[in-house]
Amino acid sequence: MAGGRIAIHVEDLVVGFSDHVVIDGLSLDVREGEILGLVGASGGGKSVLLRTLIELLPKRSGRIGFPAFANGKVASRGVLFQQGALFSALNARQNVQFPLREAAHLSPELLDEIANVKLEMVGLSREDGDKFPAELSGGMTKRVALARALALDPALLFLDEPTSGLDPIAAGEFDALIKTLQRTLGFTVFMITHDLNTLAAVCDRVAALADGKIAALGPLPEVLKSDHPWVRAYFHGVRAQMLHLGA
Amino acid sequence: MTDEPGLIMNEQKSNALLARGAWTVAHVERLEHLCAVSPKRQGPIDLSGVTALDTVGAWLFEKLARGGAAGTSESVFVGASASYASLLREVHELNRAGLTEGRQEHPLIDRLKKIAQDLVADSAAFLRMLGAVSIALGRVLRQPRAFRLTSTVYQLGRVGWQAIPIMALITFLIGAIIAQQGIFHFRKFGADSYVVDMVGILVLREIGVLIVAIMVAGRSGSAYTAELGSMKMREEIDALSTMGLDPVSVLILPRVLALIVALPILAFLGSMAALYGGGLVAWLYGGMSPAIFIARLRDAVSITHFEVGILKAPFMAVVIGLVAACEGLKVKGSAESLGQQTTASVVKSIFLVIVLDGLFAVFFASIGM
Repeated sequence: MAGGRIAIHVEDLVVGFSDHVVIDGLSLDVREGEILGLVGASGGGKSVLLRTLIELLPKRSGRIGFPAFANGKVASRGVLFQQGALFSALNARQNVQFPLREAAHLSPELLDEIANVKLEMVGLSREDGDKFPAELSGGMTKRVALARALALDPALLFLDEPTSGLDPIAAGEFDALIKTLQRTLGFTVFMITHDLNTLAAVCDRVAALADGKIAALGPLPEVLKSDHPWVRAYFHGVRAQMLHLGA
Repeated sequence: MTDEPGLIMNEQKSNALLARGAWTVAHVERLEHLCAVSPKRQGPIDLSGVTALDTVGAWLFEKLARGGAAGTSESVFVGASASYASLLREVHELNRAGLTEGRQEHPLIDRLKKIAQDLVADSAAFLRMLGAVSIALGRVLRQPRAFRLTSTVYQLGRVGWQAIPIMALITFLIGAIIAQQGIFHFRKFGADSYVVDMVGILVLREIGVLIVAIMVAGRSGSAYTAELGSMKMREEIDALSTMGLDPVSVLILPRVLALIVALPILAFLGSMAALYGGGLVAWLYGGMSPAIFIARLRDAVSITHFEVGILKAPFMAVVIGLVAACEGLKVKGSAESLGQQTTASVVKSIFLVIVLDGLFAVFFASIGM
């Protein structure tokens, strides 16, 4: 899988709102089968970049392509939104079944079985499937949202701060879960995260977004050596130092 | 190699099931059919012809494997590539708990049981709310300074003052319609002057207050439920409690008191508007001059009829307010539940208002009013 093919190809991308340019001539390649972590300042355009990649925001200029896929189009992609974005009127199982129901004609029995498989895959029990989003804890919401994002076995998975709002144990478990599932199902992951642990534990490569461009790109040790001032401040700030001391 | 999935039994090769093609969600209809008609597995499942596999396909293989003779996943699946094998191993552990059991009760009995339970729970919630509001009211009577005057006046403005135009319009029209129908049909007996008696008694005793109460339940009861519900949803009510404030005396008591004050006033104005409408129709359609209409009205109705009508209004207001508050506090996290409880609030309060009206009719008849 990880054969060097490019899953997402971004070239000279410009995105902005009225007179405010957020993404300014950004270029980035995401390899097939890798987990790429994107870091950047709050309000620095990480979510804008992700939303542009999944076509929720229009681009001003530049190119976005998916060369590894037939016709350069992604047949299926999964998105894990920051707040889960579960449909509040459906229970967890129905949330997972929703994309399947829309995509194919499955018998109700098989639909239930697949939903149970997906829920257990993300570490939930079948009883959790009967709960409604309002009854789920933060960690469970993320897990259900991940199961829903994975419902159609997408080749591309977009994660928007998957571990934000989780305690360190739950966040660690979620990291391990993403890594395991990625190894088994072989999808490509584009992930926004602020969690330095996640970057170290899960991501094959890290991209740092500063001033609307990619300031540093590569495996974490390489990015750590970057001399871009913002990247240095991010990885060598007090909070990051505390993490290194603790480790 | 084609993508069209297939599954055949190979009797020469130790009854192996030969799978080929793409076992993915895109072909799921065909795959389900294949698995349904496939003979029971006796030998291994040969995956060497499979061109694509996703979780759905892996689960179907796992189901085939579980349906047949015993064996571990390693011995059952042959010819699978490394990545397929790891997916199959992953799925092998999942969904082991068997089919969902314990839901075997009759759906109709289940439904009836649910309705009965809801009825008991609703009655209990209504009584609890009545108790809580009474306690809050008692506290306010002992310490008048705790009374939320601003809030009550504001609510009074919303459910009373702002409701006057629509209430007056509707009751005016209803009074006019009753008078028109009465004149049209009574004329056959030459009894059209009795229309005044009918309009007067009907409006003052029943229609005026009933129509206004139903309108208030739809207009203000639903608003109360939606407000309290969204406050509950966004944990505002919890925030109030943690500040040491009683949500009942802060939010619910002012609303219920505003309704208790507003409904009799609205019922009175509504009754007057209905009589005005009836008089107008009697004049323009029935040719009865306003002076005669008023004179006949004075003969036909007594203050008792008016008392019977207006006495019911505060009780109806209490019912509407309490039902709206109960339903509002029942709202859970989802947007759908807010809609559900708002609907339930209106339906229940209109139902209870009509039931209450019936009980009052029996009561007033038995005391001779």
